[in-house]
Amino acid sequence: MKRQLVELVHARSGDKGDKANIAIFAPDRQTYDLLLREVTAERVRAHFAGIINGSVERFEVPNILALNFVLHGALNGGASRSLRSDSLGKSLSSALLRMEIEVP
Amino acid sequence: MEKMRNVMPEKSVRLAAGPGFYGDSWRPVRASIERGNVQYVCSDHLAELTLAILQKNRQRDPNLGYTQDLVPMLADLLPLAVQRGVRFVLNAGGLNPMAAREALLSLLRKFGLKLKVGVVLGDAVLERLDDLQAAGASLAHMDTGADIATVRERLLFASAYLGARPLVEALDAGADIVLTGRVADAALFLAPIVHELGWRWDDWDRLAQGIVVGHLLECSAQATGGNFGGDWRSIPDMAHIGYPIAEVRESGEAVISKAPGTGGRVSFDTLREQLLYEVHDPAHYLTPDVDVDMTTLHMQEIGPDKVRITGASGRPAPQTLKIVAGYEDGYMGQAIIGYAWPDALAKAQLAAQIITQQMAETGLKSEETIIEYQGFNSIHGPLADATHVDDLNEVYLRIAVRCPDRREAAKLGRLVPPLGLSGPPFIGGVGGMIEPRALLGIWPTLAPRDIIEEYVRVSVEEA
Repeated sequence: MKRQLVELVHARSGDKGDKANIAIFAPDRQTYDLLLREVTAERVRAHFAGIINGSVERFEVPNILALNFVLHGALNGGASRSLRSDSLGKSLSSALLRMEIEVP
Repeated sequence: MEKMRNVMPEKSVRLAAGPGFYGDSWRPVRASIERGNVQYVCSDHLAELTLAILQKNRQRDPNLGYTQDLVPMLADLLPLAVQRGVRFVLNAGGLNPMAAREALLSLLRKFGLKLKVGVVLGDAVLERLDDLQAAGASLAHMDTGADIATVRERLLFASAYLGARPLVEALDAGADIVLTGRVADAALFLAPIVHELGWRWDDWDRLAQGIVVGHLLECSAQATGGNFGGDWRSIPDMAHIGYPIAEVRESGEAVISKAPGTGGRVSFDTLREQLLYEVHDPAHYLTPDVDVDMTTLHMQEIGPDKVRITGASGRPAPQTLKIVAGYEDGYMGQAIIGYAWPDALAKAQLAAQIITQQMAETGLKSEETIIEYQGFNSIHGPLADATHVDDLNEVYLRIAVRCPDRREAAKLGRLVPPLGLSGPPFIGGVGGMIEPRALLGIWPTLAPRDIIEEYVRVSVEEA
């Protein structure tokens, strides 16, 4: 069954130069394991096609049931030179929550 | 983390978060002082863009260049803080900590307060870039490897992120208020912890706990339910949101809370969101004082609005410090015009087409043009859901252009008002011309810390 991430996790994003990070937070270990399998760096990069022009790294933070994604080339050159409304990438987190994953 | 449970009560220190950026409110800090039993207020006033603004202020007036929330904030908080013996550690000195000190000293004289003001200098390295290069630092862009020569002529500021040591020196010398320029945000909080608890500078695990506490507090209400991506509806009384308070013990154990009677929430969920905010690799959160591993820590709710943090671990501090420089990077011109139902999006799209055609025909030199439809896709861009776009109540077109100079950028605004009579029907919200905005390129780089720290100076003076 396909479910949207918004039904499963909460998220926050932040900026650093032209990079953005998005952390997603699972409510329990089972959901965390599901995220580990389904929400790969490659899938996140594909999800943000047209918004980011660099690579995506994923870091696992199992002690707080979180995955942290670092998106390179994500902010139109960086918040202080960006032309975008969301220059700080504050809402990239909610954009990630649109992603659909396969849930058993 | 080892815990000491002796007969003597374990020593501890209580810190309050101040505003999280230049422009944030200091009102919630009053509750932390009044009812939070805190000994220190620490706050970060310097975003990257803030330094560019301060640089322009200083060019206009050599007595400016610090964040001007400093004086009104302390005028408001000091009378109570002095009664309670609360001290301040603030990076409000910006690019001109000495001018900040002068402004503060005159406030203290006005209030008749005999307080000691500490100043930390040495973070501003724009005038020393040649020295740094001569000493072997390439100053190449940290991410792209580009040569700094490409932006050198356009640099407005260059600031190194200092660690907590000079701040501790100022506190040790009795400073009631410590003013700094750029320091690592979390170092503003680590400094009073180290000063009070006497931690060693190679006690990596404890220092890591201190940095985690600082990182959790440095963005004010983002730790207490503000900008919370979870169940935001359930956050109580956001109008009176409390800022976070930390109690840190000698062992390194910390408890995050907020003042009684304030809104917001401190929970596992609100804190874990803040823990990873603006973090790259959580196993190597690099700061000037310690390389922090957040993946070993444990967060536990121990009561309402109380979360205990233990177990962060640290590795030796890096041999380089990060420098962030900012350079002039052209201007943004922008224009906004709204359209009403029916076919609001289609009208806004036609307006965009008219403007871009006229831009080309009038020779407006734009290096990049962005078209957004507010109410549809201005925030999520290509990820916005386009299912219901044919029936939107209203859509605002926003066009932004990147131009080499202000005059060119201003041309965009002049193309929009005529649309009211000569474009598609049913406009609203033509908000007049928007002034072009100077854009700032950011140049992050690294340099050996000893060359930078050689110039760090600490002074403490009584009003």
